[in-house]
Amino acid sequence: MFEVIAEGEGPLFMDPDADKAREYFRSKKRALVSKVMTVSEAVGKFVHDGEYLAIGGFGANRIPTAVCHEIVRQRKKNMAFAGHTSTHDFQILAAGEVFNRCDIAYIIGLEARGLSTNARRYMESGKIESCEWTNYAMACRLKAAAAGVSFMPARNIMGTDTFKYSAAKVVKCPFTGENYVIYPALWPDVSAIHVHEADIYGNCRIKGISIADLELARASKHLIITTERLISEEEIRSDPTATVIPYYLVDAVCEVPYGSYPGNMPYEYFSDEDHLRLWLNVEKDPEEFKQFLEKYIYRMRDFNQYLELCGGIERINQLRAVENLIDLNGRG
Amino acid sequence: MSEYNTIEMMICAAARNLEDGAAVAVGTGAPCAATMLAQKAHSPNLVIIFEAGGIAPLLPTMPISVGDSRTYYKAVMASGMCEVMETIQRGMVDYCFLGGAQIDMYGNINSTVIGDWHKPKVRFPGSGGANDFGSMAWKIMVITPQDSRRFVEKVDFITTPGYLEGPGARERAGLADNTGPYKVITNMAVMGYDPESKRMRAESIHKGYTFDDVQENTGFELLRAPEVVETPEPTAEELRILREEVDPNRYIIGR
Repeated sequence: MFEVIAEGEGPLFMDPDADKAREYFRSKKRALVSKVMTVSEAVGKFVHDGEYLAIGGFGANRIPTAVCHEIVRQRKKNMAFAGHTSTHDFQILAAGEVFNRCDIAYIIGLEARGLSTNARRYMESGKIESCEWTNYAMACRLKAAAAGVSFMPARNIMGTDTFKYSAAKVVKCPFTGENYVIYPALWPDVSAIHVHEADIYGNCRIKGISIADLELARASKHLIITTERLISEEEIRSDPTATVIPYYLVDAVCEVPYGSYPGNMPYEYFSDEDHLRLWLNVEKDPEEFKQFLEKYIYRMRDFNQYLELCGGIERINQLRAVENLIDLNGRG
Repeated sequence: MSEYNTIEMMICAAARNLEDGAAVAVGTGAPCAATMLAQKAHSPNLVIIFEAGGIAPLLPTMPISVGDSRTYYKAVMASGMCEVMETIQRGMVDYCFLGGAQIDMYGNINSTVIGDWHKPKVRFPGSGGANDFGSMAWKIMVITPQDSRRFVEKVDFITTPGYLEGPGARERAGLADNTGPYKVITNMAVMGYDPESKRMRAESIHKGYTFDDVQENTGFELLRAPEVVETPEPTAEELRILREEVDPNRYIIGR
């Protein structure tokens, strides 16, 4: 048994027991069946009040925006949320007051763009039970879960208040006697990840950085995939090196072209900075923000309608040019 | 010497700390501008690393996010967060660049809350990757405006470890040996740390400012290096690269 040197005082929202997780994964279906459905069906089926939710991508890069909107539209409540690499996704879910517990690595901010007034108000309201972590700490928690073990050691966080308000522990290494922080495994109830290509069974390809999504996909009990486009199983099997998420991890496959909008989708389209600025500005007036949410989320039938409202293909084409460093007004 | 503003001075002073062949973990904003300037001006083989997975890009323009597609443009690898953080943990990253709401005399950084954590006056984003960088990279560099509300006697919350309570504290806590704060670069000065006491000290002052100006904008007693010199001014070439190639829209350097 390790000697425990120090313990964080934060709450642990999920059980890190590896045997319980194994029992769950033992029962997870391995059959090769089509999982294609709409985002509305996927959220209705796999996202439940009170459960633990995680979102893939990096805040406004390769995010499953359609799933975030749908969770808000279906008025899911009292969830726990992994505030890990979250920016615009956090902003959307905070706007819907979806969660009341939050593991915090990075929240509220949209990086260089500034802070979300509404998300900040939500987190300062006293309504949210929270626990502090770091980006790598959360990645370690997912990595432990993906590996099927109950904890993962690391060399960060020790001696800080971030540790004090976490639910991590510091232990002595039984080999060297050095102190290590250990992070408890995190098996989210449900996650959503946006990918470039997937087949109907859920075999997925991602281009560009993977962030923590490979770990997240393997750690999640239920996984919703939104994909820029569906491809055939034959194509998947023609190049297995390209598969980064195998189908048996996946519960739903939803084809959502431009599905990371207003976020960046690598090699496809850049983030819509004007629309993200609109969010940040309109949040400053709670009344105006309420109307904004009605217009852009609650009254929308689905993501396609939202995309149309934001300028549709014409806007996407502009963002495609930005992504590819093409100056549309250029001198050639 | 051409005219330049204090932000340009700050970025040029920061960039000079990144020697060719070094590896640096970086975020967006002024640190990224300094890193891009270093890569274009004097360190073509600088290994730039972004926490979301971008490794050694040739940055075409300033990224908006540490995970946007610029962060792995013409990179050697588009990896993931564990790959990046574990490269730092393995000891292969020389520098990291951080910001933050507050910093104290031991270089501890707060980016979590102002006030009590349980009932914060202001909530900030939290660690993100800052604690990971500051715990595990060899040397921590900070770029921030010189302001006594930022340079405080005691930070409200230690998000990212500096020298914690002083000499030996990092190692006692369990952090890797021989790591810690290295430089703080502001619009007025470059500061380092006293090797014995691990307290922040002024090392060079930018033209137009005095030690007293810097002290006046610091909320704790600032030590002096044995020799406090004037920071070399930006060269015409540095300014050209910064203005034409790094930040042509002047998002960071202003007008």
